[in-house]
Parts: sequence; structure tokens; C-alpha cells
Amino acid sequence: MSTYSLSDGLASGAPRSAPVFAGWLRDSGVGVLASVTWIAFGLSCLWWEDVGDWSRTHSLGIAAFIIAAVALFGTVGADYLGSAGKALRQRAPWLVALGAFLTVWEVATAKFAWLPLPFFPPPQSIIEVYTDDLPKLLDSVFASVKLQLGGYLIGATVGFLTGVSIGWSRAVGYWVHPVLRFIGPLPATAWLPIAFFTFPSSWSASTFLIALATGFPVTVLTWSGVASVSNAYYDVARTLGAKPSFLVLKVAIPAALPHVFVGLFMGLGSSFAVLVVAEMIGVKAGLGWYLQWAQGWAAYANMYAALIVMSLLCSGAITLLFAIRDRLLVWQKGTVKW
Amino acid sequence: MVAATALAEAATPSAAGAALDIEQVSHAFDIDGTELPVLSDVSISVEPGEFVALLGPSGCGKSTLLRLVAGLDRPKAGSLREDEARITRPHPSRVVVFQDPTLFPWRSVWDNVALGLEAQGILKSQRQRVDDALDLVGLASFRNAYPHQLSGGMAQRVALARALVNDPKILILDEPLGKLDSLTRITMQAEIVSLWQRKGFTTLLVTHDAEEALVLANRVIVFSDRPARVKADIRVDRPYPRHRGDPYLADLRRQILGLLGLDATW
Ligand SMILES: Nc1ncnc2c1ncn2[C@@H]1O[C@H](COP(=O)(O)OP(=O)(O)O)[C@@H](O)[C@H]1O
Ligand SMILES: [Mg+2]
Repeated sequence: MSTYSLSDGLASGAPRSAPVFAGWLRDSGVGVLASVTWIAFGLSCLWWEDVGDWSRTHSLGIAAFIIAAVALFGTVGADYLGSAGKALRQRAPWLVALGAFLTVWEVATAKFAWLPLPFFPPPQSIIEVYTDDLPKLLDSVFASVKLQLGGYLIGATVGFLTGVSIGWSRAVGYWVHPVLRFIGPLPATAWLPIAFFTFPSSWSASTFLIALATGFPVTVLTWSGVASVSNAYYDVARTLGAKPSFLVLKVAIPAALPHVFVGLFMGLGSSFAVLVVAEMIGVKAGLGWYLQWAQGWAAYANMYAALIVMSLLCSGAITLLFAIRDRLLVWQKGTVKW
Repeated sequence: MVAATALAEAATPSAAGAALDIEQVSHAFDIDGTELPVLSDVSISVEPGEFVALLGPSGCGKSTLLRLVAGLDRPKAGSLREDEARITRPHPSRVVVFQDPTLFPWRSVWDNVALGLEAQGILKSQRQRVDDALDLVGLASFRNAYPHQLSGGMAQRVALARALVNDPKILILDEPLGKLDSLTRITMQAEIVSLWQRKGFTTLLVTHDAEEALVLANRVIVFSDRPARVKADIRVDRPYPRHRGDPYLADLRRQILGLLGLDATW
């Protein structure tokens, strides 16, 4: 960007039709290319007959043209569209790649069946799942989110409190530390058979396991965070009249927070794994179960559709966690404005 | 004693300095089972409002003594008193400024300065004091900045404000200017003297710089090697502001460096 403004300044006054065109090409060329690949995708949907029986091919083709139009006008006219236009321009290379990928996918599956059906369903059959099997998919999403959220919040809370207590109190550490060392490293899924059989419901068993998978990393990292707080902070707070509760709540915990978030992040990852396995094995609901069910019916398009939703949810959860972290740890970054 | 009368006029009653009595204090640390004596029979009696500088070889036990005065540690033998009351624990009437500013990085400048009042549970009714303290050190416009956005000198000023907001009776400074560049250091020396003259608190200053001690303090105490013993107790009877070139101070400086075993180089 800086080189651009520099050459711009130097060129001022000189005849500049060539630089203007080059600049336009750089800013909008990718957008035009994106539009081309999406038109190709749309054409690939409509040009040939499908080798199978899919109902959304036509709509998908139309949608591809619409996206192509949006990509074209959005990037060419980005200067008039404010931040949305800028965001679109930034993502244009990805739109190019995505359009090309979809075109190849469409041609290789629905049109010429180079990839064996039904293991490689075409894009329109996945769209079909989203339109025709939506209620069941939504139910599954809802069940998964509920289970995950409950288990994660319980695990994170218990883990955080345990970590603070071990880090703060020698007596608690004495008793909890060995238990933690013994049980913590065990993958939570190893408990599955026992849990499903000892807990009153498969839902409570899964919640427990997700909480366990979350709790271990959160505990260990909170603990190490609290333990690594410099004594100098406590000295300062004590000379200023701080009581023990202040030392815990206003010194130890905020100082340990960056570590806590690492633990929350790790816990999120391992709890996803437990969630899916628990849903596949015991809970008769959720996206894991949907996957299992789709597999039973050899409904591969449904599996891909569920996988895509699942990955969106997981990455959304992590994005949310990062957003919360950035908000709470704004003091850590070098770019704070005031 | 010139200063003592000057501050009697200037000091507000609530913030007047306290007397400090260090009586036959000895202290030692346990290092791998062996005892490391650090302070040996140290007795110092400080008048209310006095500015006492402590000088001594590095590692002799100066910081250890300050921690005892602050009440962060208890001495192995002897006793410390603030206005006749025995010091057994930290109290906001004795506040320490350490060599490192140790600002809390997760708190803004204002929140750092507010720390003491918040810890004592009186922040709600006394927010004005935080603003005043920030004004005092000239950092009012940085109230919302975070510590990582401050220079070393500014951070140390915030640490000073964080101490002063408590209206301490004894201000304990452990080489607070040790890491600053010489220009910032000279500016802050002047600021410290003027704050002390205005507020009237008793000040204990540890420094490794004999000149700094002589420019600031009305009494300089020189310690021996570890375990620290009081080697000399020197009055500096010069009015403020003092001049570094003052021949009287230069003479004292030579004397002090001699006590520290550096006479050959000067
Ligand atoms: N908490 C501690 N545990 C063990 N030894 C200590 C501790 N604090 C200080 N010491 C030792 O006590 C001696 C005096 O330290 P200090 O008071 O910091 O010296 P200084 O005069 O440089 O401030 C040093 O030898 C140091 O190693
Ligand atoms: Mg020291």
C-alpha cells in the first residue's frame, strides 16, 4: 500500500493512463476473475445434463450467476460500498479459488461422474440436503449446541475454580494435584462405556464427559497461570492495603487470564472430539448422531452437509472464544486506542 | 532542619510524616539450610518528615531493610515502629515504590493509581484523589493508557502516583530512578523533592548514587558490606533546591565514596 501511494505521488502531473489501468487491474482484476470462475460454475451446472437425479441443479446454476454478479459489481464498485466493498475485494482471491473448485467438483461428479458416486456427491445434492432435510439438521444442530454448551460451561467453570484453588492454596494442591495427574491425561472418551452405564441418562453422561475433557486443560493452565504470577505484584498490592480476597480476585486471576484462555482453547478442541463420539455412540441426537444415521443409509450427501455445518459451528465457537479473549485481554495487545 | 520548618508550613495535617524507629534489627535468610546474615544490629531513628537516603554496596541488605519497614517481612531480631506502633504487616500508610514500576499490565493508568483506594474499599467515595495524584505527576492525559504504552519514566511516575494517592506517612523508595536515563532521572529527582516538601511525608530512599542521595536527602546513612551495619550517619544541612556543583556536597560525596571503599578512584 505504501509503495502505491509513493508511486502515485511521483506520477502526479505525468500522463497516467497506463498507471490508472494498472491500478484498476490490480484492484478489480481479481474480482473480474472471481466473477468469471463463478460464471463457469453456473454454466457447468446448466450446460450438461446431470448423470443422476438431483432437483437443485438449476437453482444452483442461477445462484452461481448471482454470486458472479455480486463479485463483479462488488469489487469493481468497491470504492462506493464502504467497508463491505473493501472486505469483498480482500476476499476476491478466495472467491476465485472457490468458484474454480466448485466448477471442477460439479463437472467431476454430476456431469461426467469421474469421481465415483455416491461417495462423492455433487454440490447440488448437498444443497438439497440443506433445503429438504433442514428440520432434522436444525434439530441436530440444536441438540449438539445444547450438549456442548452445557458441558463446556460446567467444565470451564469447575476447571477454572479448581485451577485457582490449587494455584492459591497449598492444602488444596496437596489433595487435588495427584488426582489431577492420575486422571487428567486419560482421554475423556475412555470413560464412555462406564459413563453411559453409571449415569442416569446418556445426556448427563455426555455432559459429564465433555465437562471432563474441558476441565482438565482449563485446570492445569489456570493453575500454572496463578502459580506463575510474580510475587512483586502481590507485594505491591499488599503494601497498598489489599486483603487476601483482593489478592486472588484482582491480582492472581487477572494476571493468570492469558493462561486461562489457552486452557479454554485446548478444552474446546478436546471437548468437540468427545461430543461427536458421545453422540455417535450413546446420545440419539445431535450432529454426531446425524452423521452416524446418514452413514447407515449410505446418504453421503447428508454426511458432507453435516460435516460442513459441524466445522462451521466448531470454528464459530473458536472465533467467539478468541473474540472474548481479545476483549478481556485488550491490555496485552500493542494496538490499543484510547 | 531548614527543610523541617519549611514542610511544617506546607504539609497538610492528614499527610504529615510519621516517625520511624528501627531498633537493633537483625535479619537473615535461609539458603539451602545455611544461614545468610543480611542485616546486623541496625538501629536508625527517623524524625517525622525527614528525608533519609540509604547508601551501601550492592547486595548488602538495603532492600531487605525496606521490606521490613514496609511490613512485607518480619525481622529475625529487633523491632520496627511507626509512631510508636510496632510494624507487623503492610499498611497503606507505608507505601513502597520499587525499582521496577510493577504496574499491573491489565489495568489502565488510572486503575493502577486507584489500586490502593480500591483495595481499602474507599475508591467509590474518593475517586477525585486518583485524578489529583495523576495531576501531581503530570500524567492526567494518560489516564486511559495501558502500562505497555508508557515509557520507563512515565511508568515510574505512575508508580509514584499509585503510592502517593494513599497519602502515606512514610514513603519508601527502593532505587526508584535506578533504571531511568540521566535526564529523566534529574527531572524526577526534582519532582520527588517538591512532592516531599509539599506533602511532608517521611521518606526513605535507597539509592546507589551518592550524588542523588546528597541532592535529595537531609540525612544519608551509609551501610557496610553484607551483613549491613550502619557505617555512617551524615546530616546534609543544605537548603533546597540544591546544586550538584555545591562544594559542600562535593566534599560530602568524597567522604561517602571513601566510606564505600571507592576513595582511590576519586
Ligand atoms: N527472599 C530472599 N531469600 C534469600 N536471600 C535473599 C532474599 N532476598 C534477598 N536475599 C539476599 O540478601 C542479600 C541482600 O539483598 P538485598 O537486600 O536485596 O540487597 P540490596 O542492598 O542490593 O538491596 C543478597 O545477598 C540477597 O541475595
Ligand atoms: Mg536492592
